[in-house]
Amino acid sequence: MTAAGRKRASPASIIGHAAILVFGLAAPFVFPSYTFQIAMLWIMILFALTWDILGGQMGYNSLGNILFFGAGMYISAVVQISLVYDVAAYTSAFGAVKVDFTTAQYFTGIGLGIVAAALACTVFAVIFGSMVFGLRGPYFAIGTLGVALAAGELVGGWDYVGGGSGISMPVYPGEPEARSLFFYTLCFVSAISTFVFLKWAYSGRFKTTINAIRDDEEKAEAMGIHTVRYKIVAWGIAAFFLGISGAIFGNMAGFIEPLEVAFPTITFGIFMVVMSLLGGKGTLWGPVLGATLFHIIKEVSWTYLLGWQWVALGTLIIVNVVFFQQGILGWAQEKWPAFFGIVVDDKLSAKGAVASEAAE
Amino acid sequence: MTNLIEVSGVSKRFGGVVANSQISLKVPEGSITGLIGPNGSGKTTLFNSVVGYHPIDEGSITFEGREISNLRVQQIARLGMLRTFQQTRIYGKMNCMDNMMISVPQRQMPLARMFSKFPREVIERAEAILEFVGLYQKRLLPAGSLSFGQQKLLEFAMALINEPKVLLLDEPTAGINPTLINGLIDRLRHANQDFGITLFVIEHNMRVIMNLADNIYCLAHGEMLAHGSPDEIQDDQRVVDAYLGAH
Ligand SMILES: Nc1ncnc2c1ncn2[C@@H]1O[C@H](COP(=O)(O)OP(=O)(O)OP(=O)(O)O)[C@@H](O)[C@H]1O
Ligand SMILES: [Mg+2]
Repeated sequence: MTAAGRKRASPASIIGHAAILVFGLAAPFVFPSYTFQIAMLWIMILFALTWDILGGQMGYNSLGNILFFGAGMYISAVVQISLVYDVAAYTSAFGAVKVDFTTAQYFTGIGLGIVAAALACTVFAVIFGSMVFGLRGPYFAIGTLGVALAAGELVGGWDYVGGGSGISMPVYPGEPEARSLFFYTLCFVSAISTFVFLKWAYSGRFKTTINAIRDDEEKAEAMGIHTVRYKIVAWGIAAFFLGISGAIFGNMAGFIEPLEVAFPTITFGIFMVVMSLLGGKGTLWGPVLGATLFHIIKEVSWTYLLGWQWVALGTLIIVNVVFFQQGILGWAQEKWPAFFGIVVDDKLSAKGAVASEAAE
Repeated sequence: MTNLIEVSGVSKRFGGVVANSQISLKVPEGSITGLIGPNGSGKTTLFNSVVGYHPIDEGSITFEGREISNLRVQQIARLGMLRTFQQTRIYGKMNCMDNMMISVPQRQMPLARMFSKFPREVIERAEAILEFVGLYQKRLLPAGSLSFGQQKLLEFAMALINEPKVLLLDEPTAGINPTLINGLIDRLRHANQDFGITLFVIEHNMRVIMNLADNIYCLAHGEMLAHGSPDEIQDDQRVVDAYLGAH
């Protein structure tokens, strides 16, 4: 919603937000056997929301956002281990070193790891952004994809962080139920934080500026807009939250390695894009909706259509890009424009007469 | 009268094509200066050079006495020199209000303001200027859904809210319904006289430019052919020849 058309929160919207919060808080207790899947849903929502900052709102289709997920995961791992052990010794002599983190060490480590991942990924985004933002359109997509693929390969060849054989993460000091609740909470809070932050960021100049870059970057430059600054900040925001999600996911998975877990370009990396497109890119709720639908369809097809699950997902993608290019919310916006504030005003001016009266 | 823009000896080549050769001109502060010339004579190229869209091969361009030929487009725009595009460029998926509000000047913008909301005054100003160009009713529609002529008006309104010192207009009346052209001329004059914006206008419509401008430059084949008052230009045999296809 633009500043001009800003409305007070309606009762329906308050109920909607509250329902989501209640679901998020109650889910692990009501559906304990699905705690992990619902935690993954929150991560998927975070993925879609952060992809959409560039891909939807700013018109830069990145295929390499997974870079920040993997980088966050590894940064957190290194920080957590280095608090207690020598990282190289831990990763190389794994099994020989007796791995033992006290409860305090574990939680301090994970806290610092998440913070470090968020900050370092933001710095990466700034550096990386100044390299790839010279690329436009498909070249940007391929350039970012290349960097993400290269990152996976580089980490795979880097013995300090365990190379291709990965790192076993510190073991959670507690019962499995407490563990799953702990990681569920982290996933839930990180997704909600991402959403709330973006809702705030999308309510003013930031959103309008990155939308302008999407619609016509050259025009925005000609109007003197600080395009480079906004592009880098936009990517920094995505990297910040993706770094957090990587740090959480690595610990939740318990074991990290470069290709399948940290930099899964063709699964998570592509899912981000698909989920945003499905729900409606360039909107706040589209990615949330898309991620939810996609995750449910994916989980159901993995359970009931085993062997055909990729076919099912592929079909979904094809239907989406052929028939619903605008995604669900984009389609709704075309069908009910007035609901989204797209209206012709009867008034001819802010103070003045109504058009029909003036015509008389 | 001081000169806001001074172009001296500017040349621009594209491969073998010499689009501008040794062009010199002055745009006095507060004036409406016209630039005419047959298709392909290098008018848009000159605009592009002035606003920093591409580097020039030789010569110098100053704005308020300051050399700007080495600055980038955004920097020049923030100094207060704005251009509109011959093909009309607006932000198509954004509504007209957003198109306007994002066009408020960003001369001094601290980082902290990156996320700020648009203040009430900006919203009101945007509405007032949209009203001025006759687009108030359409302000919540996506700009891309407007007609071509309306998009031109919107682009003009976006330039106005930016409060530039000088506005370079590339064929403002092209594609505008002839009956609306007089209205547009009035608005351009109004912007010049009441808002104090110096105008530098490329125009093919002779009636418009003779009416509007107080001095006119004429380009042909990338070279400066003539300069003078509208009357002088109208009577200049070289200009007549250039337009009558001594191409
Ligand atoms: N980016 C470019 N690359 C190559 N050649 C160009 C480029 N821009 C302009 N030219 C050439 O420079 C010459 C002048 O073009 P320009 O667009 O400046 O003309 P103009 O006077 O604006 O014409 P019109 O009235 O048709 O808009 C033309 O021969 C054109 O082909
Ligand atoms: Mg031209």
